[in-house]
Amino acid sequence: MTRFLSIDDLQTGKRRIRKEQLVRAAILFSALISVLVSALLIVSLLREGWAFIAGVDWGDTWASGWYPRRGMYDIRTLFVATMITTGIAMLVAGPIGLASAVYLAEYASERVRAIVKPVLEILAGIPSVVLGFFALFFIAPEVIGRINEDATAGSLAAAGTGVGLLTIPLVASVSEDALKAVPVDLREAAAGLGARKRVIATRVVFPAAISGIVASFIVAISRAIGETMVVFIAGGAADSAAYTHSPFEGSLTMTAAMASLAGGTDQVKGEGYTFQSLFFVGLLLFILTFVLNMIADRFVRRVREQY
Amino acid sequence: MAVFGRLSDGHAETRVLAELERRRSDIGGIAFKLLLQFGLLLALLVLAVLLVDVARDGWSVLSTRLGDFLGGTLRSRSIDERLGVHQGLVGSFWIAVFTAVFSFPLGIGAAVYLEEYAPKTRVTRFIELNIRNLAGVPSVVYGLLGLGIFVKTLGGLTGGRSLLSAGITLAVLVLPIVIITASEAIRAVPDSLREGAYGVGATRWEVVRSQVFPYAAPGILTGTLLAMSRAIGEAAPLILVGAVTGRLGTDPGFFDVSALKDRFVAMPIVITEWTQNSGRDIGFASAAAAAIVVLLVFVLALNSTAILLRNRFEKQRR
Repeated sequence: MTRFLSIDDLQTGKRRIRKEQLVRAAILFSALISVLVSALLIVSLLREGWAFIAGVDWGDTWASGWYPRRGMYDIRTLFVATMITTGIAMLVAGPIGLASAVYLAEYASERVRAIVKPVLEILAGIPSVVLGFFALFFIAPEVIGRINEDATAGSLAAAGTGVGLLTIPLVASVSEDALKAVPVDLREAAAGLGARKRVIATRVVFPAAISGIVASFIVAISRAIGETMVVFIAGGAADSAAYTHSPFEGSLTMTAAMASLAGGTDQVKGEGYTFQSLFFVGLLLFILTFVLNMIADRFVRRVREQY
Repeated sequence: MAVFGRLSDGHAETRVLAELERRRSDIGGIAFKLLLQFGLLLALLVLAVLLVDVARDGWSVLSTRLGDFLGGTLRSRSIDERLGVHQGLVGSFWIAVFTAVFSFPLGIGAAVYLEEYAPKTRVTRFIELNIRNLAGVPSVVYGLLGLGIFVKTLGGLTGGRSLLSAGITLAVLVLPIVIITASEAIRAVPDSLREGAYGVGATRWEVVRSQVFPYAAPGILTGTLLAMSRAIGEAAPLILVGAVTGRLGTDPGFFDVSALKDRFVAMPIVITEWTQNSGRDIGFASAAAAAIVVLLVFVLALNSTAILLRNRFEKQRR
């Protein structure tokens, strides 16, 4: 008698199905962990941050400086210092990063690229404490000290330069990706019209890649705002800071203020809302970088849609 | 030849021909190229100066007492012969273990789910967006997460300001990096491999295990190595979670699990602490530089392995 193939033969074993379901559940759980992390992040920021917002005397947030252990939470001091370091960082990282990107995308031979790109990646991997050390012991005396002899040993200018060096690879790699995404047709069309290499790079490729280049700058700004250790080590202020808008003096950025407040003593001690101020500054920082990252994301997606 | 037709006299024709054949010196172009090269050189120079500067500063310690330095502990004076980084190495070792144990499986699992299993729905897009946002959150903010949740709320389990809290915080910090790099590696697997496996009746997981993982392994490994190097170089979250700045009472061994619930320190914190101490005791500057060299050996080894690995496989596949 011939045995016909039945539907049972095509169905797989129970064990195989169960294994499949188990794996699916496990990896779905892993994916949901990231959502849980975000939720916990927002909960921890809001819980203490809100206590600060609701409880603090807002007169204390406009003082002569940031003295959290004495109940003076002048956010302006931190904000101005953050803007100064970020601005200086971008003055360093913008031109150098962009020049590197244009050179790598438009001029460099395969051999040069094969050597230079990994080296830039190594620079990107240097821990920020190392840049902090370098900013304090090299940039401050050798560079900033020469520009302005009155600059303090650690200063916002030294820290900003250090942060800038740290963000060069970021600007370079994101910009280079944008430049590389510009179709060869555009370059060839321009060359066919007799345009020189420089003209092609600056008038054809650069405008075509502008969205991505803007994105690289915004990401770098966001990164510079969030950078902590370089400013904490080389920013020239500890625990508290008087208001200043001179880059050649020491001050605390938002991040450095958080690190100073948490470090040093065993517990964050102080009057009133010292502990909560930590989370309030963190909340501001989170919102600021979140908005910048979203804008950068929008720009990056525009590049993808274009080509 | 319309152009030549209009320029009827022979003189103009010669001029045009000469103009077309002339070697033009493009001074602007050369200057522009030099400017770009200068920018790139500056970036490379910074790295060289940084490495030389740190190595030179730390040389006095590294060349004379490297063994004692690696085995020694935190001290209040730089002249102390027992000054060293052992406690920092132990802390950083455990942080590396935590990232490997927590973020690697969770990160790779999440990447597999998002790339191979997830339906293209709004929920999936939300999870993806959320991961990209997490990757952009400043590290110091993760420190607040650690302080608020792992140290305060779950303090009973973690021992508060402990190595355990720090390890979990950094594992969480690098999780998005692992997910994003693993996703990219998985996306690069050709569909033909998957379809071939489905065609012979493999289940989804069998496809992932037998086809996707082997092909994506180098890319995934690259991401995990970069994530680990990031974790051992981070300092800001550790300060928030409560790493010890100053002297640590004990010096646990590398495999002393009971120390996980104790106060801790890690290499980047040791470097920060000594750099700041150099204000009152300049000898700490060379100790900090020596500690940087020790940290950089690990970080650069991880990074260059990752980069070499990726470049090698990229070349093979092309």
